[in-house]
Amino acid sequence: MPDVLVLAGAEEHPLRDLTSYRAVGGYAQLEKARMREPQQVIQELIESNLRGRGGAFFPTGRKASFIPTPDKIAKPVYITVNADESEPGTFKDREIMLRVPHRLIEGCLIAAHAIQSKFVFIYIRGEYSTEYDVLKAALDEARAAGLLNDVTIVIHRGAGAYICGEETALLSSLEGERGQPRSKPPFPAIEGLYAAPTLINNVETITTIPKVLEVGPAEFAQIGAPPDSTGTRIFCLSGNVERPGPYERAHGITVRELIYDVGGGIAGGRQLKAVMVGGSSFPVMTPDEIDTKLDAASLGQRGLFIGSGVVTAIDDRACIVQFALRVAQFYMHESCGKCTPCRVGTRWLVQILRAVENGTASEADLELCLDVCDRIIGKCLCVLGDSAAMPVASCVTKFRDEFHAHLEHGGCPFGADSSLDRLFAPVDQHHDTPLAREVPV
Amino acid sequence: MTLVEDIRKVAKQYPHSKSAILPALRMAQQQYGWLPPEAIEEVGEALDLTPAYCMSVASFYDMLHLEPIGTHTIEVCTNVCCGLVNAQAVLEAFELELGLAPGETTADGAITLRAVECLGGCSTPTIVAVDGRYRQSVEPEDAPAIVQELRNA
Repeated sequence: MPDVLVLAGAEEHPLRDLTSYRAVGGYAQLEKARMREPQQVIQELIESNLRGRGGAFFPTGRKASFIPTPDKIAKPVYITVNADESEPGTFKDREIMLRVPHRLIEGCLIAAHAIQSKFVFIYIRGEYSTEYDVLKAALDEARAAGLLNDVTIVIHRGAGAYICGEETALLSSLEGERGQPRSKPPFPAIEGLYAAPTLINNVETITTIPKVLEVGPAEFAQIGAPPDSTGTRIFCLSGNVERPGPYERAHGITVRELIYDVGGGIAGGRQLKAVMVGGSSFPVMTPDEIDTKLDAASLGQRGLFIGSGVVTAIDDRACIVQFALRVAQFYMHESCGKCTPCRVGTRWLVQILRAVENGTASEADLELCLDVCDRIIGKCLCVLGDSAAMPVASCVTKFRDEFHAHLEHGGCPFGADSSLDRLFAPVDQHHDTPLAREVPV
Repeated sequence: MTLVEDIRKVAKQYPHSKSAILPALRMAQQQYGWLPPEAIEEVGEALDLTPAYCMSVASFYDMLHLEPIGTHTIEVCTNVCCGLVNAQAVLEAFELELGLAPGETTADGAITLRAVECLGGCSTPTIVAVDGRYRQSVEPEDAPAIVQELRNA
């Protein structure tokens, strides 16, 4: 079974230009797809059970099948590619854009054919400058080579807002508004960009499409951990490992295999303390859970998520309270402020965790912390608030002893020995703005 | 071409011109160095939007600056992945070298130091964006040379 699909051909050197991409069979699947009926391409995606790589893991073919065909609707239909990669720990889309930009474009054009769309927007995060240059050059080349036919592809650059990776916030931002999420339903497939049906897919998902067609949907459905987690992932291995990096592997590799066999183990021969799996938005994994396979079903049994393929190893020097605090500060900074539980709750979590870290908290504050998490989860328009609450709640629950040690010690027992000690959070640069105003606990 | 004309040209890419507000604000910032009221007004004029509306959008995004910032920027990722492997020391090395706290600009307006959230380079920590371009695997001892490079630029 092939382990490398998305980055195939670019293992050693990036495939940035059209000639080298064509040399590995590039754009052959587009040509074949265009000779088939759009519905047939969607059917193949459904058969492959390719699922979204952005975090939600929704079946890609099914999502495409929700888009009305031109005979059913008088509006244009759009594709937006979510390249606003900002989940802490995630760097796979960047890797794709730098190494196989043409495969992403080929995927866009196949998807455009499948849902009969003439307009594709690639929303790329604002900080990705080199990635933008590389993708833009590839797009210009593809256009000059006549590969786009009547499809328009626009690369739209963001301007620094994590929330714009949330699909409806992305649409708001692309329409020229503040990047705030909208209520669902209506789902974007029915009423998305400019109130028209819109297919939104992550970069990795779209880039996998040509490979799904190349290996064939039936074969693809056997790769990885079928039936749910088919195909490969570019796992983003980082943190305290010997050899961090993007590693494309089939779904189903265990966290232990990824950290120890692929990544060479914990740097400096230290002990593993926790693993951030899926991204910082999800519950953390403890060392006794690392034989869990990286597929949605196996992780799901433990209340964990595959997210955007993040595996960040945290060694025994890190204070878990500091980790939870820094994660909470991120979401407080990035909360768009639209929904009260998220706007107020993320700030409240930061304050409680800071009190635990500083030794001014009590046992009741730990309960309060879990209670606040509970009052955020599932109560907002989008999952940004949940993304703060889930990791924080998991830290309090799974590392209760360490939280107690803080209470008993009257502050952080690790002090300056913690690898995360005094880690600065960008939100603290806004101290003259209402954002950081203290909320009484 | 003037900024307004440039913006209108970019706006033609979109089915609705309002979609061009982010590229427009970025172009205006490129020209002015930041987004002073006159830049906001030009964006509004180009896209037929009120300055207040443009302001409300600009204030939402981290990369758009409604106050003057340095000619050069040094942005250090301090999210957890870089933090686990010494980002704090890298940030402090720049603070020391520049005599600035994160978020501040040198008195001569040359360099702004900022801490930023995850830049998506977690396998080569610490990531530092220097004038918007990523430097990988930056160590605290690299700070003086990077600052010198910007001073010479």
